Amino acid sequence: MWNYTDKVKEHFFNPKNSGVLDSANAVGEVGSITCGDALRLMLKVDPDTQIIQDAKFQTFGCGSAIASSSALTEMIIGKTVDEALTLTNRDIAEYLGGLPPEKMHCSVMGAEALRAAIANYKGEAWEDDHEEGELVCKCFGIDAAMIERAVTVNGLTTLEEVTHYTKAGGSCQTCHEKIEEVLEEVLAKTGALKPAKKHTPGTVGLDAIKPLEPKAEPAAAPKLTNVQRMQAIMSAIEEMRPQIQRDGGDVELVDIDGKDIYVRLSGACSGCSQSAGTMMGVQMKLVEKLGEFVRVKPASLMPAHAG
Amino acid sequence: MSQGIYLDNNATTRVDPEVLQEMLPLFTEHFGNPSSMHGFGAAVGGKIEWARKQVQALLGAAHDSEIVFTSGGTESDNTAILSALEAYPKKREIVTSVVEHPGVLALCEYLEKKRGCKVHRIPVDKRGNLDMEAYRAALSDQVAIVSIMWANNETGTIFPVEELARMAKEAGALFHTDAVQSVGKIPMKLADSAIDMLSLSGHKLHAPKGIGALYVKRGLRYRPMLRGGHQERSRRAGTENAPGIVGLGAAAQLALVHMGDENTRVKALRDKLEQAILAAVPSCFVTGNPDNRLPNTCNIAFEYIEGEAILLLLNEAGIAASSGSACTSGSLEPSHVMRAMGVPYTAAHGATRFSLSRDTTEEEIDRVIAVVPGIIAKLRSLSPYWQQEAGKPKEFAPVYS
Ligand SMILES: Cc1ncc(COP(=O)(O)O)c(C=O)c1O
Ligand code: FES
Repeated sequence: MWNYTDKVKEHFFNPKNSGVLDSANAVGEVGSITCGDALRLMLKVDPDTQIIQDAKFQTFGCGSAIASSSALTEMIIGKTVDEALTLTNRDIAEYLGGLPPEKMHCSVMGAEALRAAIANYKGEAWEDDHEEGELVCKCFGIDAAMIERAVTVNGLTTLEEVTHYTKAGGSCQTCHEKIEEVLEEVLAKTGALKPAKKHTPGTVGLDAIKPLEPKAEPAAAPKLTNVQRMQAIMSAIEEMRPQIQRDGGDVELVDIDGKDIYVRLSGACSGCSQSAGTMMGVQMKLVEKLGEFVRVKPASLMPAHAG
Repeated sequence: MSQGIYLDNNATTRVDPEVLQEMLPLFTEHFGNPSSMHGFGAAVGGKIEWARKQVQALLGAAHDSEIVFTSGGTESDNTAILSALEAYPKKREIVTSVVEHPGVLALCEYLEKKRGCKVHRIPVDKRGNLDMEAYRAALSDQVAIVSIMWANNETGTIFPVEELARMAKEAGALFHTDAVQSVGKIPMKLADSAIDMLSLSGHKLHAPKGIGALYVKRGLRYRPMLRGGHQERSRRAGTENAPGIVGLGAAAQLALVHMGDENTRVKALRDKLEQAILAAVPSCFVTGNPDNRLPNTCNIAFEYIEGEAILLLLNEAGIAASSGSACTSGSLEPSHVMRAMGVPYTAAHGATRFSLSRDTTEEEIDRVIAVVPGIIAKLRSLSPYWQQEAGKPKEFAPVYS
């Protein structure tokens, strides 16, 4: 069962503004019955003020599709056309208190119907440019189409590169097999077209995919002195910082207590739903570097006074 | 029942209280390891052998040693197919159907992609019946194993497994059937059958989750998937899930007792539910083959609305059912079973499965009959594909799709 927020449930069980708007002067229709969701958005825009005076929707789709449509109409009534155009699918999802990653496409459909309706009002053509494929990485909500695009456009050849470009696979890592499959498929199809510098001829396709090898020297498991061990931990964390900083966060080593390593996450990472994933990532990196089992814990869990 | 009306028994069933009673002593009293050389172990060993005999009786198998306990349907399916490929390394082909459970289909896809196996997926017709001509054509001496389900979990449609098994035999292939949905609902006599291997799962017949069995006909070439200790005569290593096994044994015993009820009272309730919904709701139809299916299953496709939305509203009314809709699984495609039968997309997304059990009562069915038409009408009033006043579908073809 999906974990829908109360707000989603409220808009699903008692949708606002559903039905046909007879006085509509702008209509946007997106989706299809084949895809499993379709939405018709009807607007009544005041030609003098450009204000959306009324909006109604009809939706074929799941609970969150109906809730997203309902939320969308509530969000745009009273706004001018140009104000409404600044709304993104994320705004819809946020208005609903969040959507499960598998359901983000429902908010995308809402945002697109809005663009289509406004284009219709202005008498413009509108290009539907969103793609959808199987959701590959649940942690970051990244689908096969997005990975394919990243791989083709940037000439990526390894799982690690895909993670750096798209984040896919960067958290719980359970999606690595699927990412590698997408990668293999794209490489098999487009291998020959890729920039030559990315790989040497003859390594196209399966050969080009090297398993995720620990990049650094295989961790010298035995006999690290305490100082060496501390240095290894510090340098591993330093290595991870750029990637975490790219996401708007940071990580800092606070203390080492035997197998327990305390760190502080800050910026976008602290408190975000991904922070547990970040912790896990740091832990895996350290385990790999040290060749021993360690636990990474948030500094807030540190015993108040040692001893 | 305060917990609501549970019509999702093909997903899983409630553990029968009698089953639970049989299991409880295994946790705290008879907790020994059956392999151990002391009284604690011996008591458990005896219970496990008792359970094996109950499963043997339910399947009508010739020998109790033909039953190998596993962790469930998926493990049994995987074991059967991998065993055949290892036992006959020169044969690299598998025959299966397009409507199998992922426990078979996903493995076959993997073997095809990564292990160079050739997989024949036999299609079905509009009512879910197997294409026998295509089946005959796929069989050859290159086929290591045929794996075709006894009854489909989404529609309940039954396949002619005995005939399929005989044909496989003639071609020199092993025959495995995923009988997870049919064990306990269809009488079986494997002793007289051409079926070589059969998967079953405890939680579909009022035993707990995480226990199941694979039937392996005596004399069959077999290679284990899990190697280790000598448990299950080295056919499935790992210390036995003793409480689960005893629970499965007790459930098998009860299933024999209740099989008559499933095929009379439960079947009549299913028919009542189905007919009442078909009569009250426009634009809906039964999927699968209504004349040849499990007695407890009914799958109705409601056109122009989406399954997850139906389930959410049913859930609000205290009714649990299930859907082959894409949205419930997080994928974008409706169920592979609906697509395989050529059910149009206008209906496939709204396919809703009601699966009953011996716990289902007539009052519950009456309540569902009273609630469903209103739910369907409410969702159709929101749908751009439905014309509210006329009570019929309308043209809607978005430019951007
Ligand atoms: C036909 C079929 N096969 C296999 C399974 C899987 O069984 P289990 O959940 O015990 O692995 C199921 C149940 O989900 C099923 O319906
Ligand atoms: S699902 Fe991709 S990292 Fe978790």
